[in-house]
Amino acid sequence: MATLELSRIHKTFGGTPVLHGVDLDISEGEMVVIVGASGCGKSTLLRITAGLESPTSGIVRIGGRDVTALEPADRDIALVFQNYALYPHMTAFENMAYGLKIRGVPRAEIRRRVEEAARLLDIDALLARRPRQLSGGQRQRVAMGRAIVREPKLFLFDEPLSNLDAKLRVQMRAEIRRLQRRLGVTSLFVTHDQVEAMTLGDRLVVMNQGRAAQIATPMEIFTTPADTYVASFIGSPTMNLLRATLEDGGAGATLAAGGSIRFAQPVPGPAGRPVIIGIRPEHVTPEGDLPVAIELVEPLGSETVMHGTLPGGEAMTVRVQGTAPVTSGIMPVSLKQHLHVFDAETNLRLHGLASA
Amino acid sequence: MAGALVKERGAAADPALRASRARQRRDRWMTHGILLLGVIIFALPIWITLVGSTHDVNTIGRGEVPLWFGGHAVENYVAAWSRGGEAVRNTRAVPAGIMLWNSLVMATLIATGKIIISLLSAYAVVFFSFPGRMAFFWMIFITLMLPVEVRIIPTFQVMVDLHLTDTMAGLVIPVVASATATLLFRQFFLTIPDEYAEAAKIDGAGPLRFFWDVVLPLSRTNIAALFVILFIYGWNQYLWPLLIITDTGLETIVVGLSKMIGRGDAQNEWNAIMATAILALLPPVAVVVLMQRWFVKGLTETEK
Amino acid sequence: MRKGIIFKGKLLPLILMLPQLAITGIFFFWPAGQAIWSSLLREDAFGLNRDFVGLENFAEVLADPTWREAAQNTAVFALSVAVLALSAALLLAVQADKAIRGSGLYKTLLIWPYAVAPAIAAVLWLFLFHPQIGLIGRALNAAQIAWDYRLNGGQAMLLVIIASAWKQVSYNFIFFLAGLQSIPRAVLEAASIDGARPVRRFWTIIFPLLSPTSFFLLTVNLVYAFFDTFGVIHALTQGGPAKATETLIYKVYVDGVENLNLGASAAQSVILMIIVIAMTAVQFRFIERKVHY
Repeated sequence: MATLELSRIHKTFGGTPVLHGVDLDISEGEMVVIVGASGCGKSTLLRITAGLESPTSGIVRIGGRDVTALEPADRDIALVFQNYALYPHMTAFENMAYGLKIRGVPRAEIRRRVEEAARLLDIDALLARRPRQLSGGQRQRVAMGRAIVREPKLFLFDEPLSNLDAKLRVQMRAEIRRLQRRLGVTSLFVTHDQVEAMTLGDRLVVMNQGRAAQIATPMEIFTTPADTYVASFIGSPTMNLLRATLEDGGAGATLAAGGSIRFAQPVPGPAGRPVIIGIRPEHVTPEGDLPVAIELVEPLGSETVMHGTLPGGEAMTVRVQGTAPVTSGIMPVSLKQHLHVFDAETNLRLHGLASA
Repeated sequence: MAGALVKERGAAADPALRASRARQRRDRWMTHGILLLGVIIFALPIWITLVGSTHDVNTIGRGEVPLWFGGHAVENYVAAWSRGGEAVRNTRAVPAGIMLWNSLVMATLIATGKIIISLLSAYAVVFFSFPGRMAFFWMIFITLMLPVEVRIIPTFQVMVDLHLTDTMAGLVIPVVASATATLLFRQFFLTIPDEYAEAAKIDGAGPLRFFWDVVLPLSRTNIAALFVILFIYGWNQYLWPLLIITDTGLETIVVGLSKMIGRGDAQNEWNAIMATAILALLPPVAVVVLMQRWFVKGLTETEK
Repeated sequence: MRKGIIFKGKLLPLILMLPQLAITGIFFFWPAGQAIWSSLLREDAFGLNRDFVGLENFAEVLADPTWREAAQNTAVFALSVAVLALSAALLLAVQADKAIRGSGLYKTLLIWPYAVAPAIAAVLWLFLFHPQIGLIGRALNAAQIAWDYRLNGGQAMLLVIIASAWKQVSYNFIFFLAGLQSIPRAVLEAASIDGARPVRRFWTIIFPLLSPTSFFLLTVNLVYAFFDTFGVIHALTQGGPAKATETLIYKVYVDGVENLNLGASAAQSVILMIIVIAMTAVQFRFIERKVHY
């Protein structure tokens, strides 16, 4: 158990920068999830933490010690790979025991630890099997077991659930969370799946193009996204983003689609400043004077998602409880609560929650 | 300066860190060292030969092993190419030009022949159903197990009976049946989706037309890869040409070269022999180096 | 296999296969049958009568001390060539597989000897080890080590082994490299996170995962040493001195072509065929097993 500290991590692959100075502090026993679209640099960041890549510049500290130049073996970490990376010629037991054997742990101790981990993961009946005789979920558990028996300072997970089917993924997700809490090991988990990120992490790091766009708890990220990327990446269906200009005093804004809205607290800036108004589909009030031309209605049972366009051509999604008030034609809506205001140039959030 | 200082201090502060840096550096040097040694061991005989082929016969005969080029390159190669050596003491010496031509013709015919024959029979096995298909398949399989070398004497008898000794046909025909190539093409044809053939049928193409318009173009890379391997195989034939060719006009360069070396203590014309050796290995080496990608692909896939 | 018949017709496929059938029939099966048949016969001294003698030729061959010596030479030769060529190739392939500068160039420079004919490889090494004109041969003699492979049987054997192995390293190198590249990167990374240093990683992970490749190459190398090295021996030593480098295949050639002892030669051919078939069978059995990984 230890802290992890990444400071100003830069990485360039053959002239192409992939990480532009990422800072991240993880406290003891915390589980942090890095989430982002493919190619955002999240896996590279994890591999730098593991020591499988070295950063172009920046420092990695584990438990306060600078490990930037150390090899993976000397960092006392464990990594669960996306495709498990089990040794194909070894049994499940041998796979889990390998790291301990190398570290010269006595045989009896190895046996005790592997069996304990196997019980914990419910794979004690499978220890004599080779990886190819195991199902995807079982391989996943062996890979977890290999990490657990080492009792490392740090757990790293590289999209470990993405090769499982949907049902198993949900089950393993809960299990990983339960295990991590129980063992209390500091963990860094990489995924592209926002649901996985929201449910697993004490805190999330949303990465975008080699930068940490926001580092915060899942709820903070949901309620106060730091920029339009985070706003649209987290939440489903995604947040509506509408062009607008600030009105006098910042108390409200005029939508490009027509009509004006009021903010609860004024937003700083001169009149005419271009902004982007964000509102989640479930926060749109299905009555008012902003006409949405409905194009598609998706009834999901307990709720209904409606897709349409505003007069200016901007897309608008509305989520309502129960059945749809209209199934085609024009539906008037209004934007009153839970409004997010972003600068149109920098895409950054302009201040705290601006809702009426 | 300051950066170096900081780095220095950092390294000194953490012995594990310094050890790991040193280990990485040592590993890198080891790797380069081993590879370089390998390259040198591979290249040394060629280098000696190449250098030797540019000196006159007495320099080498005296045993002064030259390590750098001499000034007789042109005359040695001209002599080897056109006369098979300067003095032609050895009556069997054949001009390298003729031998190279023979080798080229033989290797090309063997490679092309093997590819054509294998393509046709693999096509028949995969796309048709006919009686004796499996028997045929096993027949190919067994030939795979019997290299020319183990049945050399009786095969020679057959050649005599068919009056094929001392002919180019005799050099080529007995070795153009290829189990490896047939198996490779069969393997590849099995990956061609049935739908292609079905679409061709609907378009009104018969089996030969389908072969020509679809199967052959799809096989292009496989053919190229195989050609490289088979050309080298053909060029490097030794025992077979040694047996059936007595006519010096049909001598191939690989066999001819070894015949140039006198068996006793006779004074050998080393410079001509070395020049001929270079000429003999140049074409197949050039093929491998220039077509490396295809060659590696062909090799690793035929033997799977 | 195919789901159904793609094209109908019986004549066309037979025509397509005719060249292959004819050549295999005339040049493979007929002579192989001849070899088996004449291995069971014996000609009298005048070549007039041929008697059926059963397995007598085989018994004679197996009891013949020169054949036994050739068999022993072959075993020593083939094993040495295989071990030397395999270990050198593995060492080089492991190095070339590392991400270092110039690895592409190294690969090219290590692959080309594949193209050199065994007989030419022999001549190239002769230029190095010839006692009078060879760089190394002269150096050895200058260092008071009596070196003449034309007189010393052990030295002759050493030289044919080196020349034969040298040529085969490239082939093995290509396959080892392909084998190394097919090991998933993540498995190696997992091992390094588990704390395995390079040497340990090699022996506990890489080497076991390469074992199908190694086994395949072992049989290929043995077959190579048995048959393809005829050219090396013929060009370098002609089986001498005093039959010290006479292998089984070379003996077949000598007995059949030079001594014209056809019955004995045929029996030897048949024995060689059995050896090849056994080796191939072992190889195929193993290839089936390798599916495990």
